[in-house]
Amino acid sequence: MIALPQVLILAAILFCISVAGIFINRKNVLILLMCIELMLLSVNMNFIAFSQFLGDIHGQVFVFFILTVAAAESAIGLGILVVLFRNRNTINVSELDSMKG
Amino acid sequence: MIELILFYVVAAVLVFSAGMVVAVRNPVIAALSLVLCFFCSAAIWMLLEAEFLAIVLVLVYVGAVMVLFLFVVMMLDINLAEMRAGFSRFLPIGLTVALVMIFAMVLVLGSGFFAGSNYVPLKHAADYSNTRELGLLLYTEYLYPFEIAGAILLVAIIAAIALTLRKSRNNRSPAPAKQVIVKRADRIRLVKMESEQKP
Repeated sequence: MIALPQVLILAAILFCISVAGIFINRKNVLILLMCIELMLLSVNMNFIAFSQFLGDIHGQVFVFFILTVAAAESAIGLGILVVLFRNRNTINVSELDSMKG
Repeated sequence: MIELILFYVVAAVLVFSAGMVVAVRNPVIAALSLVLCFFCSAAIWMLLEAEFLAIVLVLVYVGAVMVLFLFVVMMLDINLAEMRAGFSRFLPIGLTVALVMIFAMVLVLGSGFFAGSNYVPLKHAADYSNTRELGLLLYTEYLYPFEIAGAILLVAIIAAIALTLRKSRNNRSPAPAKQVIVKRADRIRLVKMESEQKP
């Protein structure tokens, strides 16, 4: 029988791995986007765990909307990335400083 | 019991593949590890009786979003060595932050607060349909947010196309505006001249 703390700790570990990934891969925008997807996944897992263990299906509706917005976000993010690469020929974050004062 | 074993195995694979996503050198392998992550999460959601969302995760994320990621990874010509330059420099910071966060969260979540009798999962009947329940809620109480979600997806489609659309330079299409404003005099010049003598 799965208990609630196990699922919550799993989601927390997933979240921490993706936070660490953002720190480690701070040059590559692609991996940063993937880490954000991973974070959203862990948050969704929390929603589903609480929805199941509290017997309230509203949490799953929330997950549905988060999935929708995350899909839109990654589509636009990758579009911006492609345009960025076309114009600057790099996706290295440290070189994208033309707006710096 | 078998449920718990399944949960632990899938969770181990999930954490391992999440580590692969952030640690591997090649972005293609990172994207494929993320696919494995989504599959394992779908399995865990299935164990938590959220069947509809598990299927949606596989269909939408593995089927669409990750394929989009793979396309972009393969389209862009990335200098891998340059991308990894700060890896060892930021590794200690990242690991420290992650470990502190995990420690704090395990301390809170493992304290037994969430293990009480309030949090016992509902055992549904065999003919319970998660999809039906979700649909009932989505099309009645959440109808307005549902429509907004559709609008957001439409905006995302238009934005992605508008961002990446590139006008081709050697495109030979007519310009209707110029065609309309042209005058007769711009195109034809009538010249008066003497008629030739017949020989």
